[in-house]
Amino acid sequence: MPIFDIDFETMPREGLEAIQLRRLQTTIARVYATVPFYRQQFDNAGITPKDIQSLKDLQHIPFTVKQDLRDNYPYGMFAVPMEQVVRIHASSGTTGQPTVVGYTRRDVDTWANLMARSLAAAGAGAGDIIHNAFGYGLFTGGLGAHYGAERLGASVIPVSGGNTKRQITIMKDFKPTILCGTPSYILHLAEVADDMGVDFKDLFFKSGIFGAEPWTENMRQELESKLHLKAVDIYGLSEIIGPGVSIECKEEQNGLHVFEDHFIVEIIDPETGEVLPYGESGELVFTSLTKEAFPVIRYRTRDISSLNPTPCACGRTFVRMTKPAGRTDDMLIIRGVNVFPSQIESVLMENQTIRPHYQLEVDRKGNLDTLTVKVEINEGVFSDDIKSLQTMENKIAHDIKEMLGVTAKVRLVEPKTIQRSQGKAVRVIDKRNF
Amino acid sequence: MLAEQISIFIENKEGRLAEVTAILRDADVNIRALSLADTTDFGVLRLIVNDNEKAEQALRKEGFTVGRTKVLAVEVSDEPGGLNKVLDPLWMQNVNVEYMYAFANPQCKNAIMVFRFDDHDKALEILEKHQIKVITTEDISRL
Repeated sequence: MPIFDIDFETMPREGLEAIQLRRLQTTIARVYATVPFYRQQFDNAGITPKDIQSLKDLQHIPFTVKQDLRDNYPYGMFAVPMEQVVRIHASSGTTGQPTVVGYTRRDVDTWANLMARSLAAAGAGAGDIIHNAFGYGLFTGGLGAHYGAERLGASVIPVSGGNTKRQITIMKDFKPTILCGTPSYILHLAEVADDMGVDFKDLFFKSGIFGAEPWTENMRQELESKLHLKAVDIYGLSEIIGPGVSIECKEEQNGLHVFEDHFIVEIIDPETGEVLPYGESGELVFTSLTKEAFPVIRYRTRDISSLNPTPCACGRTFVRMTKPAGRTDDMLIIRGVNVFPSQIESVLMENQTIRPHYQLEVDRKGNLDTLTVKVEINEGVFSDDIKSLQTMENKIAHDIKEMLGVTAKVRLVEPKTIQRSQGKAVRVIDKRNF
Repeated sequence: MLAEQISIFIENKEGRLAEVTAILRDADVNIRALSLADTTDFGVLRLIVNDNEKAEQALRKEGFTVGRTKVLAVEVSDEPGGLNKVLDPLWMQNVNVEYMYAFANPQCKNAIMVFRFDDHDKALEILEKHQIKVITTEDISRL
């Protein structure tokens, strides 16, 4: 597949770092002058923009966290007057007060370029028809992919999320070749297609670009075999720009290339804040280099990943981040054990013939945390024999104990009793009161 | 020669069984026999009905997970030793019962026993040799 922005995407590291430093210095000077929050942060740390002489100096700058964005709700972090803001998006606010982000005309342009690069990396080009099931609206997914598709010269179907049966009819009739959406919604869509007797084998997809929530390698296998396409992961947060911060290439599907000419990526120890070397696992931190309306400096994403600098077969020179393994804030601590929903999902995938719908329920009985894993039964694993169903429950509980060191009660439940979402799946219900 | 049973996964929730029977009623399906195996959280309902196809479709449409299992239905005479006559030759040749349940044949006084054996082929062979009448799905829908 041709690389969309070949000059930048395959730039030698030296040239790239020179551009990064120049852009970083400009960004730092700008936020210091225009955003009171950042000026305060720098002053508190005793740093002035002049102190940033090398990329390493970034490490001295304090982090920005989600709460800082909330404290400055809605427009306090904007670095340009509203006359220059042409677009506003907001995060879903599922974990509290929403955060608001803005874009200048040039930001929208940058974003379209990054999404065009991403779509191309997934194998899309002019002539492709893109079925965009990311939600349109305040959520950045829909419009992000939309502008990227147009920039690429592909035909975009702005179908958004929901109205699932109609989506399947559109897939049959409009013959889209590229599918975009959150993996949990796409799997729901596959389930509905199945109910309608539609086989993806008879559709026309070659690639799928899935993101906005963490998903596992097992889920990739499931998506690829069920949907008959190549599944690539896209990463982004509205706080950074939206989708298009990093993308897997179709060739390798092994790590997401971070668009480093626009963002500096760091991995830090979430406890100490110390920057970790390549290869080590920790929290992803981003600094924007070209954003005008909403620059972010060392923004802590809460996503867990690691960085791989080895050159990639696809030719891109950008560092690769591993598929996010979970988030520091959806990490559950159950009887002192750190548990990520994605780890439970891996165990379930290994035990089932078809992808399970599941939900984790955490409660506290007396002083003891309890973990219940609800799994929907399906016809692939159903048996009329009670013993074999109980054996399955016990086997999953045993594997969870083995893999994660935590005791779980596994409960089979009826199909479609776990709530389906149009966007992000609700994987955890925590009933404990801390 | 085997009969077919449908089985349904149901959670142990109030009124769930009545929902199943209401679906079958609305689909005009007659239940001949049923057995419920349960744990504290869920159960498996096993049914012999007059129309498997219709029952399965109606239940699927309501979102139930439905399975089909081959079972052996045998007519047992209503007298002391009736059931034993069936079981004796089987266990002596190492054929074992995984589960069983019964219903009355509406045409006479005999019972019809529904068995799930660990080896149906062997069971069938033995029963034939002992001239014990095996009832098929067609026979059941005609009852």
